[in-house]
Amino acid sequence: MKQSNIVRITADIMFPFIMIFGAYVVLHGHLTPGGGFQGGAVMASGVVLLLIAHCDKDIKTLIPTQILKNVETFGLLLFGLSALAAVILGSGFFTNWLVNTGLLFGTPVEYGPNPGYLNTGGVIPVMNIAVGLEVLAALSVIAVIMFRSTEPDCGGEEQ
Amino acid sequence: MNRKNGITVCIIAIIAVVLIYAQSGISFGDPVYQDMDQYFLLNGQVQTGGNNICTDVVFDFRAFDTLGEATVLFTAVMGVIVIFRRLMKGEEYEAE
Repeated sequence: MKQSNIVRITADIMFPFIMIFGAYVVLHGHLTPGGGFQGGAVMASGVVLLLIAHCDKDIKTLIPTQILKNVETFGLLLFGLSALAAVILGSGFFTNWLVNTGLLFGTPVEYGPNPGYLNTGGVIPVMNIAVGLEVLAALSVIAVIMFRSTEPDCGGEEQ
Repeated sequence: MNRKNGITVCIIAIIAVVLIYAQSGISFGDPVYQDMDQYFLLNGQVQTGGNNICTDVVFDFRAFDTLGEATVLFTAVMGVIVIFRRLMKGEEYEAE
């Protein structure tokens, strides 16, 4: 039982575009609607699409679960450490210590409409990336593990 | 309609009447307490540098809430792995 060629090839073509769109939503989280959670969910939907389209193959080689688990842990650690770094630098937990410093993501922004500068936001883009990685990996791991532990009927036609 | 369904319909009707009565006195788009959102709108862009005020609130002003959400997601993955470990198709769970 496997999916038809149309489903598999369409999933293969759409997968990079879905991942790029999710990465765009994550990276521009402080400028446009969206953010870490939304972009991570979009990217996880790409992984689930791949999972559904190629469900007759070996899922372990297609989507490496262990790497995804490591990515999830890395995201949560990056989130916590970027918050803890403010304590080390002498202010409160979760203080935005990168904003208006001129360093990475530190360009000052004036009040009012502007076209949206990517190099702003202080620690917000860092946390967006961390949460995006974590949501991507977490939802993918949940889908893959539920998929591998059941006996899924892929629903395609017999070939 | 038996007796149990009648009781259910009565409870739903009472709750609906209470909710409709409660929202009838509120004018749409005119919140009573607006100090907080006015502060976010006026100072969020300058203080956090982000144009998207929602992300500013979620990741800067109320980042503790986001930390809780991330922890909930992590715990959900741990629970799924623990529950579904025994059902994995004949393969040993990699324990590295």
